Amino acid sequence: MKDQLQQIIEREDVVLFMKGTPQFAMCGNSQRALDALRRAGAPVTAVDILPDPAIRQELSALSGWPTIPQVFVRGELIGGADIVEELEQNGELEKTLREKLGDEYRGDERVVAVA
Amino acid sequence: MNRLEELLREAFPGSEVSVADRTGGGDHFQVTVASARFDGLSLVEQHRLVYDALAGPLADGTIHELRISTKGTA
Repeated sequence: MKDQLQQIIEREDVVLFMKGTPQFAMCGNSQRALDALRRAGAPVTAVDILPDPAIRQELSALSGWPTIPQVFVRGELIGGADIVEELEQNGELEKTLREKLGDEYRGDERVVAVA
Repeated sequence: MNRLEELLREAFPGSEVSVADRTGGGDHFQVTVASARFDGLSLVEQHRLVYDALAGPLADGTIHELRISTKGTA
């Protein structure tokens, strides 16, 4: 599972590890992070951590970040809900997306399952 | 709540610290810290320092949900 998480973080442009899915977030903070990413037009790949407690354990071991949600852009941890919200509000999130993914960074949301 | 403030003041001497109980239930907190220790650090690094300072109450369930706001003094 660790390898699978690593691969998702490295391969996907923008990854949101969240409780629930974009269609039905199970936690206010996951919803806040998702909303901020949506406002910035980020091409979010969402991973629901709830189906297996091991996902969250492995993820936090990997990232050194204790809480959910966690947002990665091109393999780099951007932060949790508070940081992503702050970055979206001051325009830094869009700037980071542009720098890392190019001007045409906007894209669709999708969901990836971890088993 | 007082314990969280103490831990934060210990970890960030001379800083401005505030802790608010967001829901009144004693486990959803908003912490705000302004400290010179944050100068020159990214937000991820700043929040990591706060998580480190509050590792105890995060691990033992005292904190169910934590919102963090940090800033440097520069």
